[in-house]
Amino acid sequence: MSVAVGFEAICKDFGAVRVLHGVTFSLSPGRVYGLLGENGAGKSTLMKILAGYESVSEGQLLIDGQPQRFSSSRAAEAAGIVLIHQEFNLAEHLTVAQNMFLGHEKTRGWLLDEAAMNQEAARYLRQVGLDISPDTKIRDLIVAEKQLVEIAKALSRRARFLIMDEPTATLTSSETQRLFAVMAQLKADGVTILYISHKLDEVERNTDEVIVMRDGRFVTRELTASLTRQQMANLMVGRELSDMFPTKTAVAPDAPVLLKVEGLSVSGWAKELSFEVRAGEVLGFAGLVGAGRTESFEAVLGLRPRSAGVITLNGKPVDIRTPKQAMQHGLTYLSEDRKGKGLHVNLGLRENLTMMTMERYARPWLDVKAEKAALATAVQDFNIRTGDLESRARMLSGGNQQKLALAKYLHSDPRVIVLDEPSRGVDVGAKRDIYFLIHRLAAEGRAVIVISSELIELIGLCHRVAVMRAGSLQTTLGAEHLTEEELIAHATGTH
Amino acid sequence: MQPARTDTTVHSLGKLGARIKGFGPVLGLLALCIAGTLLNGDFATIDNMMNVLTRTAFIGIIAVGMTFVIISGGIDLSVGSMAALIAGCMIYFMNQLAQGVAGDLAPLTMLVLGIAMALVLGAGFGLMHGLLISKGNIEPFIVTLGTLGIFRAVLTYLADGGALTLDATLSDLYSPVYYTSVLGAPIPIWIFLFVAAAGAVILNRTTFGRHVQAIGSNEQVARYAAINVDRVKILTYMLLGVCVGIATVLYVPRLGSATPTTGLLWELEAIAAVVVGGTALKGGEGRIIGTVIGAILLSVISNILNLTSIISVYLNAAVQGVVIIAVAFLQRGRK
Repeated sequence: MSVAVGFEAICKDFGAVRVLHGVTFSLSPGRVYGLLGENGAGKSTLMKILAGYESVSEGQLLIDGQPQRFSSSRAAEAAGIVLIHQEFNLAEHLTVAQNMFLGHEKTRGWLLDEAAMNQEAARYLRQVGLDISPDTKIRDLIVAEKQLVEIAKALSRRARFLIMDEPTATLTSSETQRLFAVMAQLKADGVTILYISHKLDEVERNTDEVIVMRDGRFVTRELTASLTRQQMANLMVGRELSDMFPTKTAVAPDAPVLLKVEGLSVSGWAKELSFEVRAGEVLGFAGLVGAGRTESFEAVLGLRPRSAGVITLNGKPVDIRTPKQAMQHGLTYLSEDRKGKGLHVNLGLRENLTMMTMERYARPWLDVKAEKAALATAVQDFNIRTGDLESRARMLSGGNQQKLALAKYLHSDPRVIVLDEPSRGVDVGAKRDIYFLIHRLAAEGRAVIVISSELIELIGLCHRVAVMRAGSLQTTLGAEHLTEEELIAHATGTH
Repeated sequence: MQPARTDTTVHSLGKLGARIKGFGPVLGLLALCIAGTLLNGDFATIDNMMNVLTRTAFIGIIAVGMTFVIISGGIDLSVGSMAALIAGCMIYFMNQLAQGVAGDLAPLTMLVLGIAMALVLGAGFGLMHGLLISKGNIEPFIVTLGTLGIFRAVLTYLADGGALTLDATLSDLYSPVYYTSVLGAPIPIWIFLFVAAAGAVILNRTTFGRHVQAIGSNEQVARYAAINVDRVKILTYMLLGVCVGIATVLYVPRLGSATPTTGLLWELEAIAAVVVGGTALKGGEGRIIGTVIGAILLSVISNILNLTSIISVYLNAAVQGVVIIAVAFLQRGRK
């Protein structure tokens, strides 16, 4: 039993905004499809319609040739279609087995049949190659394991059509390999997979066919083998993407050291970390998830206690205990968790932009006019695409939210800028904008630190890359030694 | 992404929608007033209006402070008990002064000292709440549930289970604060207006106000944005404490005494006023004007029950409860 899916002139309106304009294409069973498009292209909305989370405004959804309207995700599940969300739908306090059977509990009379559920859960965990006990609590799992639990859960619901939205965004390379192996196995079992990703190398390696969407419309479909990555990127943005990265300008030999960290230790996360970054330099931080990169910089900023370490900014030792002090010293840190730590998604663009520099606009009464002017300038400078300056941050697409977050953190005119996964969940066009922005910041004489899990990005962007593993600094590679193999070897300790 | 034309339509539609939603409490209040007028001719008299507004003043002033606390993502259940204890302490303190404990003071000085003490006490209680919640990292619900019990018990102890009554001379001097009218309206109404206006300015036009909204919207994001979250939280509870102090200062001259039932269920009414006024209980956004209307709406309901015999006045709290739940029901779709 495989599922063939067809979209016929699907339109979707949110209020008066039309986000899908008559999308038509069909998917045959047992293949792996890559769905490509920039943020805001309508991929996620279309997939939510297919998985029963959204209804169709106009047009038809065909399942095995029959018109269907899923009233809920449960109805879609019953037809074998399951969407795995970017943010997982797992209850943290429940066990793996309890999550898998949530809403479908097995019972014996009035009582839950835990034993049967655990047994069956274990079977599906084996199928996805996850070696954990079914009564492990979800909160004790790492992100990659949660991802696999989601897939196991989908399998337990007899999924025949699996939609994966950016499944590798938070995975390390080895975890990604594991996921791909599972995907290949699923395909061999006849499961159709629709794979949404911004990582074109993964799309190239794992899909049979790619479908490209742009501005809420179907653009084209091509066999993956017939396309190069460059062609995929061009199709997504609808124009030639000459080069993603700006050319690196060498750091002046006499450029002053702006940030120097010596012997930084963060209990449980990092020990004896020392590094420095100079004006005009882009320093990368590579490492696996959990290597302690984020935590180390949170400690530098005073967001997390340090057990040891001396921080020197601009040649002067500083004692930073709160993010406010860090900001006053010209040091800023943009978190990798945009919605949870970077932006107030429920507040307006204006409020977000000026949040860290209120004293400039309120003395003591707030000057809304000045705030508006600042927003208008920032929207220009950072190329933030929004129809309405008064809208809330959550109305922006991921890429534009990230640009707003950058504008917010740069609004205080910092000298040292730490960017944690600056291009995560961002489309190709916005990525390029962000890379050029980073180089512009460096060219202005600031020091930029980029923490990233995307090796291509570190290699293309940074003058030097520091590699961390299990809380300590392994090595710092200069531009001439920057290769994917070299970085992976140091990050995994197989050098 | 969208053609410009669609964008503008959406934009104005969205704004219109938001505006209608913002007017919800006003429409409710208008409907109530019309109903009240139809049911009883006395309702629409100036006297009755002033009476309603004066009674609204206590709860309204507290509700303004409560709006800050709730927008920041907190809650304070203790305000009724706090008002009672402040009233008791204030009366006790002024009676001591009247007996010459601090030497020979003019009655007016005693009064001013008493009022100052009420405000300081309110700020102090707020500081205590704020410290326990932020530095002590305890849920606001638990902290203020605890002090709800503590405050009232201490007052009952001070009053020895009965009433603390203000010295007669001072009482005569003090009572005009409640009963005198200035420019046609009793003093409590003016103070309520002033507190509400100040509250609105602080919430919408100062750094502190913006930070309150930011913390309620997402505390982590605020922390990462270099906002001193603890300080802002403590200040919201202190602001509320001062509001409770002001309300108490206006309330004491009314009866001139404090008993274990003083301020009973004020927390319910204050929180209800905030919620009816459209502030989300989970924080992030809200408006002072909404709170003011919410507070007035609740006292209009009780006034109508008093003036008519359709529903027994004993069921006042029940009717208010129904209103709160109904409003929450209407707002349930909002994020």
